[in-house]
Order: sequence, then C-alpha cells, then structure tokens
Amino acid sequence: MNVPADRKYRNSHEWAKLEGEVVTVGITDYAQHELGDVVYVELPEVGREVEAGEAVAVVESVKTASDIYAPVSGEVVEVNGALEESPERVNEDPYGEGWLFKIRPKDPSEYEGLLDPDAYLKVLEEEG
Amino acid sequence: MDRREDRAFPLIFERSQKGRRGVRPPSVGDVDPEALFGRENVRESPPRLPEVDELSVVRHYTLLSRRQIGVDTSFYPLGSCTMKYNPRVLEAAAARFTALHPYQDPETAQGALELMYELAEYLKAITGMDEMTLQPAAGAHGELTGILVIRAYHEDRGEGDRRRVVLVPDSAHGSNPATASMAGFEVREVPSGPDGEVDTEALKRELGPHVAAIMLTNPNTLGLFEKRILELTEAAHQAGVQLYYDGANLNAIMGWVRPGDMGFDVVHLNLHKTFATPHGGGGPGSGPVGVKAHLAPYLPVPLVRKRGSAYVLDEDLPKSIGRVRSFYGNFGVLVRAYAYIRLLGLFGLKRAAALSVLNARYLKALLKAKGFRVPYDGPTMHEFVAQPPEGLRALDLAKALLDAGFHPPTIYFPLIVKEAMMIEPTETEAKETLERFAEALGEAARKGLANPGWLEGTPYTTPVRRLDEVRANRRPVLRWTPEAE
Repeated sequence: MNVPADRKYRNSHEWAKLEGEVVTVGITDYAQHELGDVVYVELPEVGREVEAGEAVAVVESVKTASDIYAPVSGEVVEVNGALEESPERVNEDPYGEGWLFKIRPKDPSEYEGLLDPDAYLKVLEEEG
Repeated sequence: MDRREDRAFPLIFERSQKGRRGVRPPSVGDVDPEALFGRENVRESPPRLPEVDELSVVRHYTLLSRRQIGVDTSFYPLGSCTMKYNPRVLEAAAARFTALHPYQDPETAQGALELMYELAEYLKAITGMDEMTLQPAAGAHGELTGILVIRAYHEDRGEGDRRRVVLVPDSAHGSNPATASMAGFEVREVPSGPDGEVDTEALKRELGPHVAAIMLTNPNTLGLFEKRILELTEAAHQAGVQLYYDGANLNAIMGWVRPGDMGFDVVHLNLHKTFATPHGGGGPGSGPVGVKAHLAPYLPVPLVRKRGSAYVLDEDLPKSIGRVRSFYGNFGVLVRAYAYIRLLGLFGLKRAAALSVLNARYLKALLKAKGFRVPYDGPTMHEFVAQPPEGLRALDLAKALLDAGFHPPTIYFPLIVKEAMMIEPTETEAKETLERFAEALGEAARKGLANPGWLEGTPYTTPVRRLDEVRANRRPVLRWTPEAE
C-alpha cells in the first residue's frame, strides 16, 4: 500500500502535509481503495475554525459515506473545489490532485503528534 | 447524455402512437368545471399522457413485472429489512376499508377508529409502552417524530438549550444520525466493543447534562442482543437522558421481550416490516411511535380515544408537537397490521420471532461451512453479518446471486464490518430454500476463487448486467423527456 514518507497520518486514514504555514489534508490510498469509487465530496467552508478530531468533510462513495476528521486544529483556508465536478480525483490521485482542504494550524506541535508513515503502516497491518 | 438507444425495454411513453387510445373518458355533460373548481384549477390543454391501447398497457406492465425479483418469486434475505412473506388474506382485509373517506364524520367511521384504537392497544402491549401514535408514514418518519417528542419534553422542562447531543452507536442504521441531525441535534458516535455490542463504558463517559437521547437498536445491526441493556438504560436515566428504541429489528423479539421493560422511553415500529405489509418498492409504510407516560403529552394529534362505547379523535393535547402527517397515517397498512396480529395472536407472534432466529442461525451455520466468515460471531438473532472468503468482494457475490435467482442480501452495511453481507432470511422461508441459497452462494464463492474473471462478469442472465453505479450517482437522470425537446 502506498504511504508516502513526506507527510503524517491519522489512524482514521487521513493524511496531512505541512508546507510553509499550511497543512494540506486528504485521504490515504488505502482509504480510497476501501471506499471504492467516490461520487461526492462535501467540503468545509473556507474560514471555518476546526478542532483536531472534528468531522469536517464527508466523502461519499458507491458503497458508503465516510466522515473526514481534521488532523489539526486551526482555520480552513482553502478547499479543493475541483472535486465538486471531478470527485474521481480522490481515487485517481489521493496524495496529489485529490487533496480535500487546507488548514492554517493554531498549534504547530499538533502536527508533530500525528502518526509518522511507519506508525501508519502498522495501523494498516492491524486492520488487515 | 441520453442513452435511450441502449435500453432494450422502452418506457410506456415511448410506446405512445399518436391517436391510439384504450378508453374514451366520459363527457362531463352539463357540469361547468370552472364554476365547480375555479378557473385557475381547470386545465387549458390535455395532459401529455402516453397514447396506447389497452393490450399494449397490459403487456408492458406484465413484461416489466416478469423482470422483477420480489418475495413472490424469490428468496429475499435483505438484512435489516425483514422481507417476509405477507399472507394474501391481509390484502383482503385491507380491501374491506377502501370505501372510506378521510373527511367523513368520525361518527360514521366508528369501525375504522375502533381498529386504530385496538391496534394501538396491541402495539402498546407488544412494546411495553403507555401511549401510541399511528400517524408516521414509515420508519424514518417515526424516528423523527420520536426525537421531536423527546426534544419537546426537554424544552418543556427547561433543558432544551443544554441537551443538544444525541448519542448513536457506530453500528446504527444510517437513519438514526440523520434523524437526530434533522431534528437539530449534534450527533456523537459511540464505538462498539470487541464483542459487537455497544461499548458500555465509552457510552457512560459520553453521558451528561448536555445529552438529550441515545438511539439504539436491539438486537443491533450485527444481529446481537445488547445484553448490558438494563445497565445502560439505568445509567442514561440517571443522567436525565432519554432512550430511543429503533424498532427495525423487532421481528427478532416480538412477544419475548419488550423495549419498555428494557428501559426505553420511545419506540418506533415498522409495521410494513414486522407486521406484514408488502414493502421494498418505496411504500407505503407505517411507523407508529410508542412512548412512556411522561412523554405522552407531546405526541402528535389527533389520538384515537374511547369515550363510553364511542371512538373519538382527540385533538386536545396542548403540548403536542402537532401533526406529522395528513389525516390518520397510512390507514391501509394499519389494517394489515391489525389483521396480522389477530391472525397470529401472541403465541403466533412469539413463534414467528423464534423461527426468524432459528432460520438465521441455520443459514449462518451453512455459510460458515462454505468458508464464509462471521466477524462478531455471538448468539446472533434474526440476522447476521458475514464476510466472503478472503479475496472475494461482497458486491461480486451479490451480483452472482442474481444469476442463481436470488435477491442479494444487504451489502457494505453495517459500516464496522468490511465487505459486509447482512443476511436476514425471516421466518417465512422453508429449510430447503435456505439450503439452496447457501449452496448457490457457496458455489459462487468457489467459482470466484478459481476464476475471478467469471465472478467479476456476473450477472450473465439478468435483463441488465452490471449497472454503472458511479454514473448513476454522479449524473442521475431523474426525468424522462421526449425526443423532440
């Protein structure tokens, strides 16, 4: 399973990548594979203040609808509007064009506390 | 994009031939429709109905019906839906009431009111509740009614502003969080424990003065009876939290144990599932809501009451949440439920529940012998959740079942089981049917493991093959338009 080394993870299968002052958030390759074909993505409002662990987006596939949790607390500064027309990007390129939203974190140490790639791989092993 | 050319079976509109007709509507004669209905309600041009002769209509719908899978033609083990066979005599009972009009004087409809009164009494006895409304039109509507009653109760006690949270287990029917959210509450999910039952400790930690209600199904969607239910309802009541019982799975326990005795304050029932109305095509259903005495003042109006020997419609509930449905609910479904309860009696209802559990356990044992896995394998009741043998997908096996002439089970639910196949055989199926189903599913799995390409290609014998689910979701075509437009 593809787990890039350049970012952090949550055990609920979101990835987070810190670039400059902003954390980009998406779902992992494993998550998109488990969900199946994504048909709709509900994104948060830009400007919304979110808490780490709060459900802020919904990814809906042919199988199920799944809450997406904010990996860090802060303000939503941008969302991937292209997903409205092309939700399949979440399946095709989960770590790139399929990103969901960006957060300006309140507390940088929260990011450091997320799972590193090895720890996330262990989560995947446990889920079988 | 229009793909009508791909369709082998035309719509009735596409069978239309200009000038063709089956009947000649009678002339209105001397009646002046404008004077009678008002000018604004009279059509200026005739409706665009398909122009077809009677024989074409008969053939069209007969051929369509032959493309259906239903309980009249096939085993239909759709988990959490209770697709039992509904005796035809109940249709005959419902037909006795078709000449009633909802606007007629209740004094001239005493038989209908008596039936509603008696049905509510039976349902109160079955659920252990003190008062019952028959108004909600189906299960999710019943849920909304029940949660609005709970909200009205908290508001009346001055706690509406702080009790803003509804707790829902992660194995819940999707309608539970949807209901709570629609009623204006914040939904919090409570995890299931390793045994598949609600994690009581995690739930207790969530309780507090901010919680309005807990919504539970028992047995839960894994088919497991929540054995710690009394401990759980007691803890909730100590925190002032109301207990909501989702009656979708009542078929497993009717006559044996009552939600009211488990400590629940509100119950909704799905009469169309448990009490025998054909369903699955979108209704009509019926979702009566029963409550304990402290919630009775908030029920929808009107309620049927007995005054002396007369039955009346009581509108005098000042704290009522109001009406939730026009007239008196889906009355035809109420008649069927009444007749079904009278037909079976308490002993028969208990026996139906017991047989639904026996059938489900037998089928579970058969499938386990075929290599299917059951992740929360406790003493399951009327349904169970299986997983295909390693490497196979629930969706593919569901499609293969169509070729074998069976309706597939519910798949990919509950969400806590990967590749879930949720199977509810019901009490009305014969042992041989369960065996044939297990054989067919086992055979599909065996062939699928040997030849994945074959399984991915199923179904081969149905009028339509694999549907494009992604396009159906992303670009649904909800309205037919004529070629010319």
